Amino acid sequence: MAEISRDDVANLARLARIDMAPAELDHLASELGVILNAVARVQEVAGQNVPPTSHPLPLQNVYRKDEVTPSLTPEAALSAAPASEEQRFKVPKILGEEA
Amino acid sequence: MIIKRNAADMAAALASGETTSVALTQAHLDRIAEVDKEVHAFLHVDSEGALAQAALADKKRAAGEKLSPLAGIPLALKDVMVQKGIPTTCGSKMLEGWRPPYDSTVVSKLRAADVVILGKTNMDEFAMGSSTENSAYGPTHNPWDLSRIPGGSGGGSSASLAAFEAPLAIGTDTGGSIRQPAAVTGTVGVKPTYGGVSRYGLVAFSSSLDQAGPCARTVLDAALLHEVIAGHDPKDSTSINAPVPAIVAAAKNGNVKGLKIGVIKELQGEGYQAGVLNRFNESLELLAGLGAEIVEVSCPYFEYALAAYYLIAPSECSSNLARFDAMRYGIRVGDASGVSAEEVMNLTREVGFGREVKRRIILGTYALSSGYYDAYYGSAQKVRTLIKQDFDNAFLKADVLVSPTAPTTAFKIGEKADDPIAMYLNDIATIPVNMAGICGMSLPSGLAEEDNLPTGFQIMAPAMKDDRLYNVGAALEAALLSKWGAPILSHVSGLGARA
Amino acid sequence: MSLKYEDVIAKYEPVLGLEVHVELGTASKMFCGCNTIFGAEPNTQTCPVCLGLPGALPVVNEKAIEYTIMIGLALNCSIAPFSRFARKNYFYPDMPKNFQTSQYDEPICINGFLDVEIDTDEGIKKFRVEIERVHMEEDTGKSLHMGGATGRIHGADYSLLDYNRAGIPLVEIVTKIVPGTGKYAPEVARAYVAELRDILRSLNVSDVKMEQGSLRCDANVSLRLIGSDVLGTRSETKNVNSLRSVERAVRGEMIRHAELLNKGERVVQETRHFQEDTGLTRSGRSKEQAEDYRYFPEPDLVPIVPDATWIETLRAALPEKPSTHRKRLQEAWSVPDKEMASMINADVLEIVEATVNLGADPAKARGWWLGEIARIANEKDVTAADLPITPKDVAEIVALVAAGELTDKLARQVIEAVIAGEGRPSEVIETRGIKVVSDDGALMAAIEKAIAAQPEVAEKVRGGNLPAAGALIGAVMKETEGQADAAKVRELLLKHLGQ
Ligand SMILES: [Mg+2]
Ligand SMILES: [Zn+2]
Repeated sequence: MAEISRDDVANLARLARIDMAPAELDHLASELGVILNAVARVQEVAGQNVPPTSHPLPLQNVYRKDEVTPSLTPEAALSAAPASEEQRFKVPKILGEEA
Repeated sequence: MIIKRNAADMAAALASGETTSVALTQAHLDRIAEVDKEVHAFLHVDSEGALAQAALADKKRAAGEKLSPLAGIPLALKDVMVQKGIPTTCGSKMLEGWRPPYDSTVVSKLRAADVVILGKTNMDEFAMGSSTENSAYGPTHNPWDLSRIPGGSGGGSSASLAAFEAPLAIGTDTGGSIRQPAAVTGTVGVKPTYGGVSRYGLVAFSSSLDQAGPCARTVLDAALLHEVIAGHDPKDSTSINAPVPAIVAAAKNGNVKGLKIGVIKELQGEGYQAGVLNRFNESLELLAGLGAEIVEVSCPYFEYALAAYYLIAPSECSSNLARFDAMRYGIRVGDASGVSAEEVMNLTREVGFGREVKRRIILGTYALSSGYYDAYYGSAQKVRTLIKQDFDNAFLKADVLVSPTAPTTAFKIGEKADDPIAMYLNDIATIPVNMAGICGMSLPSGLAEEDNLPTGFQIMAPAMKDDRLYNVGAALEAALLSKWGAPILSHVSGLGARA
Repeated sequence: MSLKYEDVIAKYEPVLGLEVHVELGTASKMFCGCNTIFGAEPNTQTCPVCLGLPGALPVVNEKAIEYTIMIGLALNCSIAPFSRFARKNYFYPDMPKNFQTSQYDEPICINGFLDVEIDTDEGIKKFRVEIERVHMEEDTGKSLHMGGATGRIHGADYSLLDYNRAGIPLVEIVTKIVPGTGKYAPEVARAYVAELRDILRSLNVSDVKMEQGSLRCDANVSLRLIGSDVLGTRSETKNVNSLRSVERAVRGEMIRHAELLNKGERVVQETRHFQEDTGLTRSGRSKEQAEDYRYFPEPDLVPIVPDATWIETLRAALPEKPSTHRKRLQEAWSVPDKEMASMINADVLEIVEATVNLGADPAKARGWWLGEIARIANEKDVTAADLPITPKDVAEIVALVAAGELTDKLARQVIEAVIAGEGRPSEVIETRGIKVVSDDGALMAAIEKAIAAQPEVAEKVRGGNLPAAGALIGAVMKETEGQADAAKVRELLLKHLGQ
């Protein structure tokens, strides 16, 4: 029985960058518990000897040649930007580490 | 009324000079203007662009250019497919107003074939849903009964066909989003083999499951459209580099004599509406009457398919939808002095995504997180292997496999909105096909006696054997048509006198 | 008052780990065809793929795989028969998809090593640096932090993003922990990066410019008490943009850790940023919660299964190892170890070789690059290779000196002028009117004048005191503003004074 607490959901929402209100967290915690119990069935048959499938078809070695193709114009690249300045995307201050 | 014809007939009318593409396009635009307030199949109608494309097709025809079979025929495009300069929202508030700076490969191929794109159709937000109720722009209504859902996620595309707003449409199918809407609207929908149609420019929901395909009112029309959009695309690493099977020829052939048709034991019975099963069994009898051999096959791991799907699809979507962060495109919420990029991302994603999308993102985030990966995502991938093995074994016994497409006919709008698990059960018969990357078709099998609503018959074939779908589909369609005397859509009643 | 390095190593054993990111010198990006030119106008080298636009899909650049395999082979790695890309999920505005397409548990090259030589108290000593993995990934965009006083991220009002760099192929080379370096840890770190850089340069897979960021080093340092096998907490220092900084950063972190440990404080596991001006590191913003990258196999790409003959072809075509090459040069030039080491240390070996290849005498070429040019480079706090003087210039100067057309002193003037941007050597000689005074008449006049000015010295020389001639020669050289050939002056002077 998967127990999902509001804190668990809050942590997931933080990882997923979604600012959920407490009521939404509570609601989702109960829904998620139900869904997880339903989907946890996969564990019943997922034995050690079963290889995982991540691609539906067994393709491999798909490459392109190292050739330059036209880029978008900067106008097109920036056309949907919520804000721009100096031909760059303008974004709010970043609270991360320095690159 | 020309809009009631099939695409192949419209093409013949264009070829003979009976009508022009401009006139045909205008007739559909008029129909949209007349009925779409009630159906709400379209999120955006590009009248100007459509008429310009139609005029170009007419001009090429007048000049005697060699044209594709569908040149000048109108089409409705699911709003998950990008078209340069045309608003593409994926049914989400997140992308409100976004005009992509590029064309998807499917759109490029449609353009190259001079198909006329009427506009963009409604869908469950980011293709997550089975009813089109999850669109941020309101639900689409089923032309058979406007109080009912048209299926999902591609409900706009299927409804546009059933409402005669377009003779052809493009859908995408991650767990049944082409086939289930086709089933509940009495139309034809095909999920091609994974990799058969390029995903370049298809806004990803679940990359390893998504596949675009044709929606139409007949098997032949679907084949004609399938042929236009299929083929290898070097821009999609998962695109199959092999010739497209002869699907149009198969749709014109329709001969099941000596063919082995496998009925999947696990995809019937409990949970399936009686009328759905009755129509399914009648169709089997028709096929047997045409000389097919009906065999029963068992796919024991299919009962785990739904669970695996609701881990794999949310996991991939949690990553695919991370790019919607208010930095480069789409809406931006909460940008004010002193507010950080991180907070703006959080606020925008809270407001921009609907409930179902957030539910799946959170579920997928959980399934991929450290400590849970093996138990959830990893186990789901193993189930995927088992489902593939089930199919491999079944295809040793049969050339194609069949089942009802959806367990029920169209339900009422709002009926399952608060019960995600009940909603997910809609896709129980369609999901295994996506999990294995094989191809599947849904075509109308009649009306359920309980509610007089359409039921769907699903055909499944191995990867790159899409032609088998069309062969069997065409045979069944012809048998049903002669039984009914008129196409099923002649019974569409939701639009009253106008239909 | 900071701790002395000797006190650190008397008590602690450093444990070193190095991660080097290399931008590959492909013409196009890792997953799209955009150009990779450094310093282009912002956002002119972007497309739907590298901007992470909805619907866009990646396709792997074959050259990037080839380069990575070459790097793996040159570092004595095994090339994995099966490797894959994975998604590393985290949000950051400079990363358009909010996941980095990288390799996780299935890297393309594993288990290699690189030997480096250090000039120690006991002579030249070899250290083996074991390589854990070499994997492929993609670079991020670049941000400018605006507002705020310093252009730094902290205190900025907003940021501006240029995605030209986003998607440039990166190779990450990760060492295992390097034990047993003792007090030489900083030198080993530097020598490793230098050797790696030389290898990458010889493979011609990257322009390896640390100052432009095409080769970036992260240094992981921890300390353990000598005799203990308990590993200390490590810090990860980024932003180390020159070889000298690698050495300084490692030494600085060792001292900082030791100071904390000596005070009984804890070393925080964190990312630190090297400050070029102070040589110290500064803490990055420590994350309040650990990241969970939720890696999973990239569904939009297919596995890499390199053909064995491809690998063997690449192996056979590997260039001579820089270390072998150096040995060969040392022999050919008959240079002693110490001098070889000083050339390597001053990073002029390659440039000396180029000069020799243009015809210059090895000893002379070495003399200029390690002497006059190195002196000027030191003054300007750059490396000799960065100065605007080329091997061709130096070869030309060496030839002119050999031909007697320049004296050493004049050659120094020419070098200074070339570096000052006055043109190529021939132009400098022309415009400055530099020439060796070889006209006997002009020299004799100057000699007469010198003798007249210092008759007593002249007498000594006449008397057989030859060393006294130096003062007269000096006077002549002064008179002719250094343009005379001193040997010639001496010859004429002695003859004139009857010697
Ligand atoms: Mg990395
Ligand atoms: Zn690009």
